[in-house]
Amino acid sequence: MSTKMIKNALGRMVPEAINGEKQIPFKGVGKHRPEGRKYAPPIATCADYPENGDKRVASLKEALIKSGLKDGMTISTHHHFRDGDLIANQIFDIAAELGVKDLRWFPSASFPCHEPMIKQLESGVINRIEGSMNGALGRFASEGKMNGVGVLRSHGGRYQAVQDGEVHIDIAVIAAPAADPFGNANGVHGDAACGLLGFALADSQFADKVIVATDNIVPFPCIPWQIHGNYVDYTVEVDVIGISEKIVSGTTRITKSPDRLRIAELTAEFCDQAGIIQDGFSFQSGAGGTSLAVGEFFANKLRERKIKARFVRAGSNKYLVKMLEEGLTDYILDGQTFDLEGVRSMRDYPNHVNTSPFTSYNYHGKGNFASMLDVVILGATEVDVNFNANVVTHSDGYLLHGIGGWQNCLFGKTVVLPLPLFRDRIPVIVDEVTTITGPGELIDVIITERGIAINPKRTDLIEKLKNSDLPIVSIEELKAEADKICGVPKKPEFTDKVIAVIKWVDGTVIDAVRQVKT
Amino acid sequence: MTKQIAIAGNEGPKVRSDCRVELEMLQSGGIQFQLKSKVKALYGDKIQVLVFEILEHFGVKNARIDIVDAGALDYIIAARVETAIKQLLDNDKEYLPEFLPENQYTTTKDRFRFTRLYLPGNNPSMMLNAGLHSPDGVILDLEDSVAPARKQEARYMVRNTLRALDLYGAERMVRINQGDMGIEDLKYIIPHNVNLILVPKCETAAYIHKLEKAIDALKPKHPMYLMPIIESALGVENAYEIASASENVVALAIGLEDYTADLGTQRTREGKESEWARSRLVNAAKAARIQPIDSVFSDVEDEEGLRNTVGVSKRMGFEGLGCIHPRQIAVIKDCFKPTEEEIDKACKIADAFHKAEEKGLGVVALGSKMIDPPVVKRAMKTIDLAIKFNLISKNWRKDYVN
Repeated sequence: MSTKMIKNALGRMVPEAINGEKQIPFKGVGKHRPEGRKYAPPIATCADYPENGDKRVASLKEALIKSGLKDGMTISTHHHFRDGDLIANQIFDIAAELGVKDLRWFPSASFPCHEPMIKQLESGVINRIEGSMNGALGRFASEGKMNGVGVLRSHGGRYQAVQDGEVHIDIAVIAAPAADPFGNANGVHGDAACGLLGFALADSQFADKVIVATDNIVPFPCIPWQIHGNYVDYTVEVDVIGISEKIVSGTTRITKSPDRLRIAELTAEFCDQAGIIQDGFSFQSGAGGTSLAVGEFFANKLRERKIKARFVRAGSNKYLVKMLEEGLTDYILDGQTFDLEGVRSMRDYPNHVNTSPFTSYNYHGKGNFASMLDVVILGATEVDVNFNANVVTHSDGYLLHGIGGWQNCLFGKTVVLPLPLFRDRIPVIVDEVTTITGPGELIDVIITERGIAINPKRTDLIEKLKNSDLPIVSIEELKAEADKICGVPKKPEFTDKVIAVIKWVDGTVIDAVRQVKT
Repeated sequence: MTKQIAIAGNEGPKVRSDCRVELEMLQSGGIQFQLKSKVKALYGDKIQVLVFEILEHFGVKNARIDIVDAGALDYIIAARVETAIKQLLDNDKEYLPEFLPENQYTTTKDRFRFTRLYLPGNNPSMMLNAGLHSPDGVILDLEDSVAPARKQEARYMVRNTLRALDLYGAERMVRINQGDMGIEDLKYIIPHNVNLILVPKCETAAYIHKLEKAIDALKPKHPMYLMPIIESALGVENAYEIASASENVVALAIGLEDYTADLGTQRTREGKESEWARSRLVNAAKAARIQPIDSVFSDVEDEEGLRNTVGVSKRMGFEGLGCIHPRQIAVIKDCFKPTEEEIDKACKIADAFHKAEEKGLGVVALGSKMIDPPVVKRAMKTIDLAIKFNLISKNWRKDYVN
């Protein structure tokens, strides 16, 4: 069956419908106006739940059966345990055992530990994944082997899709480091402590059935209750909920690569000369080696000047915790913790606050935190001469990475992408990105080891930096330099088959990913 | 030749920007080319064209060539393929990558050499961005950082790097091997615009003369500067002779690891054991009017230690250090920078000197104080340095008077 393709506002051809559902093509930033009312789950009654608050059932299998698991349902899970998740695979093993088919898996992200899902995709237990597809799963999907069409959404876009009723979750399974029999749960206590459970918020609020699984059941009340038991149908005790050393690492590390440090240093210097680093400013920077280094260079500048940030949005890690403890920031507004220090800090400090995609990222809300950030530091696999950027596919066309909060962060006041000009010969600045994940109009500055390009739209930044000693060049010059060093690469070849679509933060389709020719 | 299969280059999970080439000469069947590369979809065709061109250049018509590539640039692939071919074939030809016009600059004898960054000559990934860290010099090393079995491989790599990799204005230096092997190295670097040759374990002026003769035979297009490294007790004793052996000796460096080994002692952080040798080297260099350059500081994590060491070097009269990590460059430069106080004082003295000159006075005075000529000379040096570091403008006096 061939799908009708339509051109969206960025000139990308995207399918009119996927998986039998009509799609809205991307119309431009802020152009799509949602209508109607939010989705609401069925009304429940206390009459159906035990008065003593004990919602425990004997096993995950029993909980799934009681939740009415059947063909075609949507099952959601979350990536709080990252590569240490032990629950998602079990759910689909149970589904396979029960002979259930055509499920939609709706994770907030997938990890290498989810490679066993390939057998479920092959046998038809899972029809498609709507979430990030990396590594082996990305390869499987990119080679056109998945039955349904994948959908990639940002963290904010996932909340939006659930809230707006684009994705109806039949059963949400929330794996929790600590929970009580009523279903109150948090991420700060227990062997599998992961910090917070923000990615499961939408699922708890909107899914038909909600299961909380834990290996650390505590008597009511489980405090803090990051997930409210009042949304929960069943609780399940398991032996081990996750592999703790793969959940949070003890070793988030600033890069030692001199080239990356140079990029990070240039980034901090740029932000400084642009007047961004001021008393009371705010920033968000990821947990990758280069981003961490940017944060450290920011911290040095704050320390030297005896000023502080009002808040830092994170991905928390030991370096940010040090900033908090040193008084270099008033608050950490945390979306997920990346190391044990982050977990400790969230547990111990009231000004290390847990947030969710609802508060930070949801575009169909009455504002969100991301747009209030003075500067966000983000990565990308490719950027084109129009500043459009790609984070989801590799230059060879394969799905590589989820969107995470990346699209949502593009609404920060200044968006800076520190990137190497090329990685192992693969140019990062190209004439046209393989897949548009974010529109160029929201991307302000590209910082490479060989030069800095400012988006011509940001005349204010260009003006501020006009006498700078920093190596400021045009994006075309950066591209020419990359091509000169690496040679002009050939484009990957694709078939016409769409294997996944990329949603923009408002639920419209910003691009489509096609099957790689092998 | 008895060898049937040649192997060059590197592969492995940590190898980047390099490749491994396996080559077998065949009797018939043309070229059997196989490429495994993560950039195959993007550059596979280009790589194949390049490899076929190199094989044809050397007249190889029948061979099996397998390449495992980790994003190596063309000049790197070319060096590896040439290495493999030369293992199986006696052939005087060379396959030279394009010589970038931006690599054809020369340097001057008296340019600053505060920092010189050592790069292992057979490790292409470490070289790629070296020039971006703005060292005064980049050293492509053929000596200690290259395993004995890989020496020939490194020569092709260094040659191709000199031609095809932009070093962004750093002085282009090569450390050759000791003795006759070092003389043999010259063929691979002199025609490719090396600016300065580091001469390791130099002990006598006679070796400098021998080296210069070999260099002249290769007809360099510009003076080939030399930086002998003194690394032995005998070398220290002969320091002045070596320093003044030729017009082209522009600097004298000291290598403390080997020197302390030669003394039969240990290198310590305080450096008492080498104090005399270092002082002797500074004196010899200054006597010959060239730059004395200090050894490397080997703990790349210890920035504070590096600062202290550079401070000591600077006070002893050294005018530079070796760097084994790009992050050391900015720290060392920062330490050699004249302080604001020093610049201020120097400007006052120099201004007084110029005023005296303008008025035709033989004596320079600042207020009621007479200034001796050496003090003026030192002030001028500080000002030169401040200009070089962009701390004051070339026309500082105009600003100063105003």
